[in-house]
Amino acid sequence: MADHPDHPAIEATGLTKSYRDVQVLSDLNLTVPRGAVHALLGPNGAGKTTAVRILATLTDPDAGTARVAGHDISAARAQVRRAISLTGQFAAIDELQTGAENLRMMARLARLSRPAARARAAELLARFDLADAADRMAHTYSGGMRRRLDLAASLVGDPEVLFLDEPTTGLDPRSRQELWSVVRELAARGTTVFLTTQYLEEADQLADRIALLDGGKLVAEGTSDELKRRVAGHRLDLVLADSAAYTRLLPHAVHRSPETRTLGIPTDGSAAHVRALLDELDPDRTAIESFTLHTATLDDVFLALTRDGSTHSKDQDQNQNQDQDQDQDENQDQDQDHAHV
Amino acid sequence: MSDVLTLTGRSLRISRRQIDALITSLALPVLLLLIFVYFFGGAIQTDTASYVTYVVPGVLLLCAGFGSSTTAIAVTDDLKGGIIDRFRSLDVGGAPILAGHVLASAARNLAATTLVFGIAFAIGFRPAATAAGWLAAAAVLLAFILALSWLSATVGLLAKTSEAAGGFTFFVSFLPYPSSAFVPIDTMPGWLQGFARHQPVTHVIESLRGLLLGEPVGATPWIALAWCAGILVVSVVAAGVLFRKRTA
Repeated sequence: MADHPDHPAIEATGLTKSYRDVQVLSDLNLTVPRGAVHALLGPNGAGKTTAVRILATLTDPDAGTARVAGHDISAARAQVRRAISLTGQFAAIDELQTGAENLRMMARLARLSRPAARARAAELLARFDLADAADRMAHTYSGGMRRRLDLAASLVGDPEVLFLDEPTTGLDPRSRQELWSVVRELAARGTTVFLTTQYLEEADQLADRIALLDGGKLVAEGTSDELKRRVAGHRLDLVLADSAAYTRLLPHAVHRSPETRTLGIPTDGSAAHVRALLDELDPDRTAIESFTLHTATLDDVFLALTRDGSTHSKDQDQNQNQDQDQDQDENQDQDQDHAHV
Repeated sequence: MSDVLTLTGRSLRISRRQIDALITSLALPVLLLLIFVYFFGGAIQTDTASYVTYVVPGVLLLCAGFGSSTTAIAVTDDLKGGIIDRFRSLDVGGAPILAGHVLASAARNLAATTLVFGIAFAIGFRPAATAAGWLAAAAVLLAFILALSWLSATVGLLAKTSEAAGGFTFFVSFLPYPSSAFVPIDTMPGWLQGFARHQPVTHVIESLRGLLLGEPVGATPWIALAWCAGILVVSVVAAGVLFRKRTA
């Protein structure tokens, strides 16, 4: 394990990165204590993958420094690499090797002896419920099995810090649940997990702390509860009777859709608050035609925290809604509020 | 070094399972040998006793050309997936990753070469080489295969798609035609003779043929080796630069 047991697992200061003229990361500061699960939450293109690649020493930052597992990512690259592992968005396994062959190869590359690699592969296959499929080629695996094999492969060297870049993107809800329990189990064993996700619920379920990234900038950081206190849990969408009413209520909105004369207003979702809001916004009971109540989406959180509604499209918003709805169907036994910031 | 062997083993395991690529790299050279000997050979006048003896070095180089596409495509596919990032995060650098591909490529070529030699002997290939001649011929062929394999790995780093990487084969497997591989250069039009006489494939073929037939070869093997060394150095340097660029 590490030389200095009391150092944070990840400590980043002022990380900045541009590709050609596009700034993908700007002045990112992060501290992740050892043994924590930290989520970097943000939409596509927010800079999440770049942040992970820099911390995992695969990409050099233009400016800024970081220490991972106590080692500097530029000066002590080899030491960092020996202490971490990375599971990227695309499964890093060979389709034409069996599960066991993939793991043995990775274990050998992690400098395990041949017998040790064999033992480690068998142990991981059993732990990830892949023992029965050990001698089948990976191209016969289902998406969930492939992801588990990928994650098992990243654990051959018993890393101190585990980077997971969008680990559940493209997985069906059941495989996602399985992966979540694997991450919880790893965290329980003391591994530091740094994961990126587009799903609010995922960050909420897994992470001790959540960092919100948008346009390469850190928008907010805190525990799930801290963030929840900063944004409303629900959004009341009002369809307005005329454009005068639309214009009058515009300043209250975190979401707007002029084509349908709809404005979204943050609320905690309680009947009392919704009733009070309707009375306050429309005392004459003429301006609001109809309303719907949504649970807040990732977009809403960003809008609430950035106060910049113009850059987010309605389409994105609807997609997010669908994702959230699916998650809810699968997690009926879970507290609904729990699933959303 | 142990990383290189692990990765070579990986490449060979994977190529054994790519049945179509395996058939192309093994069956095609044999098929071409038979076509040249039995379809065209009768019509071609060479100064060797039999055409099969004349043509074997050319077919060996064709083999290497076909093998090069497998290598280029394997490198391109690695870059497209996440596996290179995984290797790098295990602190395995670009050099062992590419060396693994090159060694596997050389091993595949060796298998194809052995097969072609076997068939050639069966249909009348009768070299007259001394033991030293055999060794020298093997060294020239190995140098050519290594140089071409590194070049293929470099092309694999350059190509954005497997199709583009595979297109490289067309170029490389075309090079033996305007050389002394299949017909004597004297029979070609004048404007082509200059290119045919001086391109690297001709020097390699002339060395192999001379050494295998026990004829005096002069400086030709050294020129061939110099070409191979040049291609190798340029490829290794270019591969190093490209690997950093493609994986940053």
